[in-house]
Amino acid sequence: MTEQLQSDFDKIIKTSDFSEKEIQSKKSFLNKFIESGFPNRKQEDWKFLDISQIIKKNIGELSFFNDNSLPNKIDPSIFVDGLEHNKIIFINGRIEKIDFNYEDKDKIEINDEIEKKISFDYKNSLIDLNRALTIKVFKISVKKNYSLKKPLIIYHSTNDKISSKNVNLRLDFELEENSSLRLIDYFGKSLDKNFINILYNFNLKNYSILKNYKIDKFKNNNVKYSFNNIQQNSNSVSETFILSAGSDYFKNEVNCNLNGEYSSAFINGIFSLKENQQHEIRTTINHLVENTKSYQLIKSVLGKNSKSAYQGRIFVNSKAQKTDGYQLSKAILLDETSEFNAKPELEIYADDVKCSHGSASGSLNENSIFYLMSRGLNYQQSKELLINGFLLDVVEKITDSEIKNLIKNIIGLKE
Amino acid sequence: MDTRQKDIENLKDYKYGFTTDIENIKAPKGLNEDVIKFISNIKKEPKWMLDFRLKAFERLKLLKEPNWQKPKYPKIDYQDLYYYSAPKSMSEKPKSLDELDPKLLETYKKLGIPLQEQARLNGIAVDAVFDSVSVATTFKGELTKHGIIFCSMSEAIQKHPELVKKYLGTVIPITDHFFATLNSAVFTDGSFVYIPQGVKCPMELSTYFRINASQTGQFERTLIIADKDSYVSYLEGCTAPMRDENQLHAANVELIALDNAEIKYSTVQNWYPGDENGKGGIYNFVTKRGLCKGKNSKISWTQVETGSAITWKYPSCILKGDNSVGEFYSIAITNNHQKADTGTKMIHLGKNTKSKIISKGISAGFSDMTYRGLVDINSKAKNSNNYTQCDSLLMGNKCGAHTVPYIKNKNFDSNIAHEATTSKISEEQLHYCQQRGLNPEEAVGLIVNGFCKEVLQQLPMEFAVEAQKLVGISLEGSVG
Repeated sequence: MTEQLQSDFDKIIKTSDFSEKEIQSKKSFLNKFIESGFPNRKQEDWKFLDISQIIKKNIGELSFFNDNSLPNKIDPSIFVDGLEHNKIIFINGRIEKIDFNYEDKDKIEINDEIEKKISFDYKNSLIDLNRALTIKVFKISVKKNYSLKKPLIIYHSTNDKISSKNVNLRLDFELEENSSLRLIDYFGKSLDKNFINILYNFNLKNYSILKNYKIDKFKNNNVKYSFNNIQQNSNSVSETFILSAGSDYFKNEVNCNLNGEYSSAFINGIFSLKENQQHEIRTTINHLVENTKSYQLIKSVLGKNSKSAYQGRIFVNSKAQKTDGYQLSKAILLDETSEFNAKPELEIYADDVKCSHGSASGSLNENSIFYLMSRGLNYQQSKELLINGFLLDVVEKITDSEIKNLIKNIIGLKE
Repeated sequence: MDTRQKDIENLKDYKYGFTTDIENIKAPKGLNEDVIKFISNIKKEPKWMLDFRLKAFERLKLLKEPNWQKPKYPKIDYQDLYYYSAPKSMSEKPKSLDELDPKLLETYKKLGIPLQEQARLNGIAVDAVFDSVSVATTFKGELTKHGIIFCSMSEAIQKHPELVKKYLGTVIPITDHFFATLNSAVFTDGSFVYIPQGVKCPMELSTYFRINASQTGQFERTLIIADKDSYVSYLEGCTAPMRDENQLHAANVELIALDNAEIKYSTVQNWYPGDENGKGGIYNFVTKRGLCKGKNSKISWTQVETGSAITWKYPSCILKGDNSVGEFYSIAITNNHQKADTGTKMIHLGKNTKSKIISKGISAGFSDMTYRGLVDINSKAKNSNNYTQCDSLLMGNKCGAHTVPYIKNKNFDSNIAHEATTSKISEEQLHYCQQRGLNPEEAVGLIVNGFCKEVLQQLPMEFAVEAQKLVGISLEGSVG
């Protein structure tokens, strides 16, 4: 793999116009990645699902160079109906279109000449890989006191022009004071058997609000990894919702630093997995100052041979008194071959805090099924009703009613 | 002064901190084959036992000391330790208590453990382990009547080799982790218990561990076998003198419960925790594991951990037999610079197995406490259940409380429920108690005892009283 990576990297450097400084920094990230390789189960954070094995099994040998010189045709059929929205369209890892038609032009700034620093320490070779191979990094800033009128949907898709087996994406967002952004990541039509590596950085200034919804619904056999790094100043709010259902493998990581007082972070997730799927969510919430709040709710419904894992960590600094942290993960195992793993972790250094977590897993309650069947539903219907009710609980946590309805439609949940 | 105040005055300084001035026989310093042969030789062990040790030592050379735990410690120089230390008077084992060195008797009297049977402690049979050897076992006659074997490990190797051979190393194999393997190579003594079929042990069995000599590691090995339909309750207590250096205690405890048998294992651990600046104290790196081998068997661990500079242990249950039950009740208290990383593992292999974990952690001062636990329900463990509750209480913002549970459910018939909370003693609770005339320290003691009640209830009577006092005392000076 290393040889392929090295030669593809050289091609990327040759076909792009990086400055000497940038090339050096990219080289150092590449070397860091080569040194540690893909993460495997020996690393604590990758204990439950071993991505290096999964890539080997599902994709085989990776290649990294994609010819991005020609534009791709945008297929409008991928767009979400029934919701007016702004668009960013990624095809094969290249941004084809950025469209903020519904917004005031001077309130949104798009910049690709940015300093590509990351504001937190990480030990994650996939981020190194991303930083080594991403060609263009856009930064989208929402100006002070501006709330986007319509949500922004980011379309992720691949088509048959793609020549690599790996796609790296990165976007940076800055929400200035008192601004707000609703962001939907939409994984639409895609080619099979790619490894997609996504990195988002969010910088939330005072009183700003970010809502991020990740929708991976349609069956595909790609391997996906997504990392959200969220930095929050005081009184900011972040809400993340993850629907993890379509890909063969999907790991979502959210790292959230609550740097300012009265900031809060909410992360909710649904795993709805069938045959042979393996998904994971890992959340890290760092409560660093007083009076911050976080809440996580993750629910899984697991079919045949599927496996889900949730690793949630709440860290409370000794300065972060009056922290309120809560975390709950629940799973329904539908088949004897399904598996649920959880590692809910608390690390607390302050005494005046309210932190708790819970985790429960088991099968559908036979008594409830019996109750429904005695009222005339058949077994399958009763089962579905119970599962829908179980998942609806998470969807109801979405604070934006427009998007809540969209997601309900996508999942096929009815009230 | 009321009695509690008196207790506090007595115990404010670690009252078990004295040393006994006694002549010792020690093995040469260091860890090598010769030392292992020396230990084996001085204990007049048969060849199979020496082979067991040497095999473990071979394995040890390949193993690395683990370092994933939360409390880090300076590197231990294993060549700078004594692996065997015994009172000289014990080189010829005394035939009766009358022949026992009066200094030893005095030591145990000071510790509140009467070895003379006439001063019977509510009918508890005691095996006293001093540094590397067992010095006395009480109530042997009474126990023999029931066919119960309760003796030191060395004696068991001599007198009951067939049992030792059959069971030793079956729960904690010599290929286990670093400290367990180290113990297998150099273990010196410990207790051996065998409860024959159908016998309910009529009294509590107890071992009292004491580290006296300096620069000595204590490596004891305990093996408890409960044959079919039997029952035993076993207590363990430990203390050590105050010393500036850190001392290593790496014991192995193996429990085996056959069909319908029940073992109840209670520990009150009060090793010297170091002074208030974190100097000295015991490193308590113990491997405890129980195997519910037979159907309907039950193993229950109860621990009150108040001592040691670093506590690092996970008493575990392997629920192999169908319908077997594993329980774990724990109170861990850390104060000053103490550190603990403790919890349990419940491994469900058989059908209809149940486990319950109740863990209460209290940290104060500059201490750090971690609950780390594993619940693993295997795909064959149909209809199994686990319930876990771990609560932490923090006093002050210089200490830490952490929870790291690993939950693995591979069986859709099985249920796992896990809950954890972290909180502090609320002002309202304190105010309420003080309003009714308690001083702040008494109020904290009362609230903490209430917090720990679910676990304290599991302890045998005599221990519960002691443990309750210990809980209050360990937190002395942490309020304010």
